[in-house]
Order: sequence, then C-alpha cells, then structure tokens
Amino acid sequence: MSKLYSGAEIVFKCMEDQNVDHIFGYPGGAVLPIYDELQNFKSIKHVLVRHEQGAGHAAEGYARSSGKPGVILVTSGPGATNVVTALTDAYMDSIPLVCISGQVPTHLIGTDAFQECDTTGITRPCTKHNWLVKDINDLASTIHKAFEVATTGRPGPVLVDIPKDIQFQKTKYSKPKKEKKLNGKSHNHFNQNSIDELIELMSKSSKPIFYTGGGVINSGPKASELLRELVYATGFPITSTLQGLGSFPGDDNQFLGMLGMHGTYEANNAMHDCDLMINIGARFDDRITGKIDEFSPKSKKVHIDIDPSSINKNVKVDLAIVGDVKTVLSSTLKSLKQKNSKFLKSNKQKTSKWWEKIQKWRSVRSLDYIGSEETIKPQYAIERLYELTKDKDSYITTEVGQHQMWAAQHYKFNKPNRWMTSGGLGTMGYGLPAAVGVQVAHPKKLVIDIAGEASVLMTIQEMSTAVQYNLPIKIFILNNQYMGMVRQWQELLHDKNYSESYTAALPDFVKLAEAYNCVGIRAKTPEELDDKIIEMLNTDRPVIFDCMVDKVENCFPMIPSGKPHNQMILGPKDQENQKITGKGKSLV
Amino acid sequence: MPNSKSAYSFSNKKEKFDTHIIVVWVDNEAGVLARVVGLFSGRGYNIESLAVAQVDEKLKISRITIVTTGTPQVVNQIKLQLRKLVPVHKVADFKREDKAVIFKEMALFKIVGPNIKLEGALKACKKYNPVLLDKTKKSNVIQITALRREIDKMSKDLKKFGLVSVSRTGAVAMTRGADIFK
Repeated sequence: MSKLYSGAEIVFKCMEDQNVDHIFGYPGGAVLPIYDELQNFKSIKHVLVRHEQGAGHAAEGYARSSGKPGVILVTSGPGATNVVTALTDAYMDSIPLVCISGQVPTHLIGTDAFQECDTTGITRPCTKHNWLVKDINDLASTIHKAFEVATTGRPGPVLVDIPKDIQFQKTKYSKPKKEKKLNGKSHNHFNQNSIDELIELMSKSSKPIFYTGGGVINSGPKASELLRELVYATGFPITSTLQGLGSFPGDDNQFLGMLGMHGTYEANNAMHDCDLMINIGARFDDRITGKIDEFSPKSKKVHIDIDPSSINKNVKVDLAIVGDVKTVLSSTLKSLKQKNSKFLKSNKQKTSKWWEKIQKWRSVRSLDYIGSEETIKPQYAIERLYELTKDKDSYITTEVGQHQMWAAQHYKFNKPNRWMTSGGLGTMGYGLPAAVGVQVAHPKKLVIDIAGEASVLMTIQEMSTAVQYNLPIKIFILNNQYMGMVRQWQELLHDKNYSESYTAALPDFVKLAEAYNCVGIRAKTPEELDDKIIEMLNTDRPVIFDCMVDKVENCFPMIPSGKPHNQMILGPKDQENQKITGKGKSLV
Repeated sequence: MPNSKSAYSFSNKKEKFDTHIIVVWVDNEAGVLARVVGLFSGRGYNIESLAVAQVDEKLKISRITIVTTGTPQVVNQIKLQLRKLVPVHKVADFKREDKAVIFKEMALFKIVGPNIKLEGALKACKKYNPVLLDKTKKSNVIQITALRREIDKMSKDLKKFGLVSVSRTGAVAMTRGADIFK
C-alpha cells in the first residue's frame, strides 16, 4: 500500500480504526481541512455544539454512559481554551476523552498568530498527556497512542494538537499496533498474598463496610456484577461515593446510601465506627473523609485502586491492592469460594450486632424532610421523578449544587453508567451538554438532566444542539431562584449574608424553551407535579421543565466544616434543638 | 483564618521534612521538563535544585535530578505521580544522608581583586578540587565541585577575597560501587 493520505484524512482513518461513531465539535479556521474531510467518512457522525465547553461535557456524557472514549474536535485558540473546563472535569472524574485541536501552521507557532495559543502548555496540567504533532509521519501513531492513553489504566482526557499545515501534508497511513503496552506501565500489581490477606481481614471483621467509588463503574459493567456477588456473598454493608452510585442497587437492604458531606447518617456513622473498611475504586476525597485526623479511627483499611498514586495519598491504608477493580474482585471471589465457601453463614453471627447498630442509625431516617402541601419541596420533586421513571432504565445527569445532592440522595440507581455528574471539579453547567452526549449514545433511552436554574444557564445554549439533532433530553430544573448551595453555606456558615447568591432576573424557562423550539412545562404546586412530570415523559422532544420549588430548603444531612463523620447535622428538626442550646452553632 | 466556619478543614499537622534526591529518566521530547516541573509546582511540592541533560543519545533519554523536601507521604506521592507521566521511564529516590550515593554540585566563582586576594581565594577552595578556568591580572574564575552546603559556605567565605559572581548547578547523583539505579 503506497496510497498517501492527508493529515486531515489520517485523523478520520484513525477514528475509524478506533471505532469512533460520534464526535462532538465546532469548526474554525485551524481545523477547516479536517472538517473538509468529514463528509468522506460516513461512519463518523459529527454533533455540532454551540460552545466548545458543551462539546467537552457532551463527550463526557457519551463516554460515561457508553464506556467508550468521547471524542472532541475544536479549533485553535478560543476553541481550545473553551474546552479546558471539560478536560479538567474529565481529569478529575477519570473520564476517557480524546480531544483533537487545530493549531496555527507550524511556521507561525510562537508568533502570536491569529487564534494562536499554547494549547499543549495550557492543557498539560488537565490531561493525562498531550501532543503537538509537528511531523506528519508521527500523526497516525500519535492519535492511536492518544486513544490508548485515554482508555487504559485510570482513564482520563488527552489532547492532540495538529497544526494546519500538518493537516494538508500527505503521508502513508499506519494502523494501530495490536500489542498494548503503555511504556512498561501495566496496571495489575497485586499478587495472591494480598487477596489472601484481604480474605483473612474479612473473616476476622465484626464491623466491616464496603466503600465503593467511580473506579467500579470505570472498570466496566462486569465489575458491578462482581461487586454485587461479593457483597451478597459476604453479607457486609456497602456505601458508595457520588461517582459510584449505580454499581450496587440503590434500593437493596445492604446498601446504606451515599456517604460523605451529604451522605446518609447510617453510611457516615458506619464508616466512622467500622473495624474494616474496604475501599474499592474510590480515592478518599475530602468531601468523603470529613476531618481527616478523625476519619474512621478504629478501622483496618484496604484500598483497591488501579492508580498507585491514589494509595496513601490522603489516608494511610493497611493493605493496598493496585489493580483493575474487575480483576481484583474476580480473584477475591475465586479465593473466597475456594477457601471459605460458607463465608456468609460463618460471618452472619459475627456481624449481627453491627447490623443492629446500623439499623439504629437507619431509624434516624436522615433523608427525611418536612413536606408541604403548598410549595414543592425539591426532595419531593426528585422522589416523584424517581417513582415515575424507575421502570424506564433512565439515564440521569446533573448540574452542580443542592439539586445534585438531592438527586444523589433520593434517586435510586440500580445499574452502572446511568448516573453522570461532575464530582471532582464540581462544574456548574455540566448536566445539559452531558445529557446531549448521553442521548447521542442512547437515542431510545430516557435521559434527564436534574438541574438547578443557576447551573443550567451556564450552558443553556446547548438546547439548540438538542433540538437540531432531535435529542429528546429532559431538563428538569429545580428552580429556587438561588444558587442554592451557596445560599445554604451562607445561611449556615456566613451569618446569613446572602451575598450575590440570588438571581434577580431569571428568564422565563417556558418561553425560553419555546424560543429554542422545544417544549416548556412549569409545575408550581405539589398537586400538579405528577401530571406535569407525566406530560414531560410523554413528550418525544426536548423539554425544559421549570419546577418551582421551596426557595430556602437546605440539603441535609450534612457534615459541617472540619468535623468527622459521626458529627453530622441532620434535618431542620435537629437544627432547632441545636439552636436552643447554642451548641449547634459551634458545631457548624 | 482559624475562626472561619466555612473552611472544610485546616491543616495543623507539623511533620518533619526530609531532603530527598529524585532521579527521573525521561524521553527527551518537547515539553518533558515542563511536565515534570509543572507536576511539582501544580501539586505544591518543593524543588531545591534541578539538573537535567540528555544521557543517551541513541535512545534519547534524559536524566533529571531533583533535590526536594517533604514529609515521607509527600515524597512517596512525588515518586508515584512522576511514574504516571507517559514519557517517564523510571524514578529513583535517595535520602540525602544515604551513604551509598554520591551527590555533587558544581560552582563557578569569579574573584576580582589584587593578586594576594586571588591566591587567598584559590587556597580557601583547596578542599573542593579547585580548577582555575580563567586568570587575568585582576581576576580569577574558579570551578569547584562539592556538596550543596559546602558551596553555600564557600559562597559566603569567598566574599572577603573579592567574590563578585557565583554560578552553580543543581546536584547530580551516582551510586557508589558497581551497582546502578534500577
């Protein structure tokens, strides 16, 4: 084969060989040669966004819901800088993205040319790796390598910056090498001894807990299956981080709910009092641990993670197992069956007191709230949304803030890859474009963005994308007219100084929906809520649902600042008690 | 800010800092030093000194030697984070007190003054393999190789002999004996 291809063609040849079916992008001067070739590669569909940040989050939504890498195509300068937020978001939450950016021609690099920026310099700290391709002969191997780096080990974003002259130059095309070797960086570094040690710890423990995270999801659906098997085989309680929701059924009795800052009373207390903590694919984030010095003081800690740098980063652990969750879990199950097939029976007695204690914490019912007949409580809205959609295998994205925490608390997930939320970076404006990406990957499924009115306005322009591609996403806005989480912190922690957290001139979301040529629905009372939600679900077009909720509702329970897991503030009732004694204030 | 109520946590731990020498073998490609240095600045690690040059022309491998300080946990993180970088081949780590490893820095001193002072300066450097690289009637350029603290000391001591300019490298390291870094 001596056929020569242009750089632009090679970009698509590589994508074909990497089984890319959708790319999210926005054209511009420095990528025009690539856009010229788009029409010649029919298997690759381009989704035109309205802002490059939207392309990034859409690719994230696509990746998280499908398990495949998300692909982005942007131009130089502002095109590249606009995508930085999404790359950083993906880096924090370990989402595989491949971003192709155009660059000014090589001879103009460094001259402050039009729409030039140091893209590889700017994105270096927010990608796993990035490349500036200065030689056409390196292009194909670089793009293949980019896909490999993005998807292997702990996944993450990568960027390939391609100068415009390279896009025109011609060379031979080379297919990806089959052998996957990452600079000698393999991912499973554990041996049977560690597995034996884990099983030994498990059989000795009388107060165990599984603490699972996004690593289970990233390891693929099989990992979630194995996790369920292990949790049922041991009878241990399990809690999950925000990112791990869905890897274990949210309505199962062994599931204690989410842990952390807005986690349940039972999950956090169990984390604090346990004698064995088995962390599977989570990273001891500060929103999870609370005060680190008093984090789970009496427990032996096991940490299963694919990234060696996650071990002992925030919390020192007693047993580290570096490897892919799926591989580690399958080894553990195998050994457990061989050595201790009656584990559940022998262990039930041992953990019965522990379960009694957990039931006591559960009886506090920390997610309860005071209902209302006049105004829609945001928690109630999520509960109703869940009840009316739970049989539909729905995909939920969120923005960032109170609505996100309420969604995590009250929407029960039973399958992995159904929950897309910005955890690490906490990017407001994530959910709407993410929903676009999810719907692209799953055209027939119900996709809902549970949103706040402040967040959603940050990327509202992507409604136009949804309309263009007939993506019937549902934007379910819990509209309290405040940046709710900011308002909550100001109320509880900054002497009710509500500085700039109220949005005085919100758009009329129903009219906004009409302006975008999609459907607007508004619910004002609890009484009409169900009917309106059903109306939304029966609409086969994009919908903006303006759910007018209680303006001053706070998200509880909450671990206040600088406090350990066992000093949570519960709902409004608990707070009133504390206000009377004056002790509550010092608690916050 | 100890009274702030909304900070999620405060660090009040005072741990002992150790000095470590980290040696990193990397592909000598564009931006690789920026990746390594950016990792340090981005994650708040210290760099006391840095020395870098290509050591294998054929394989295009550069060897970076970084002197850093940190708690054991931080030093461990530095190693693990460095190993994650795609162009990094291997990472070695030594405590400064490690007897099995040689550390050396080089310094150039320019002395300006009368002959008697120039001679005095050369004499003062005697312990550190002084090499007279340049000599005029009024000036000397002296090269020494020594440990960091020794060069620190010489930089002070030579002032009285008319030291006008100092240029020095970061530390480089090599194991003693027949062993090499694995």
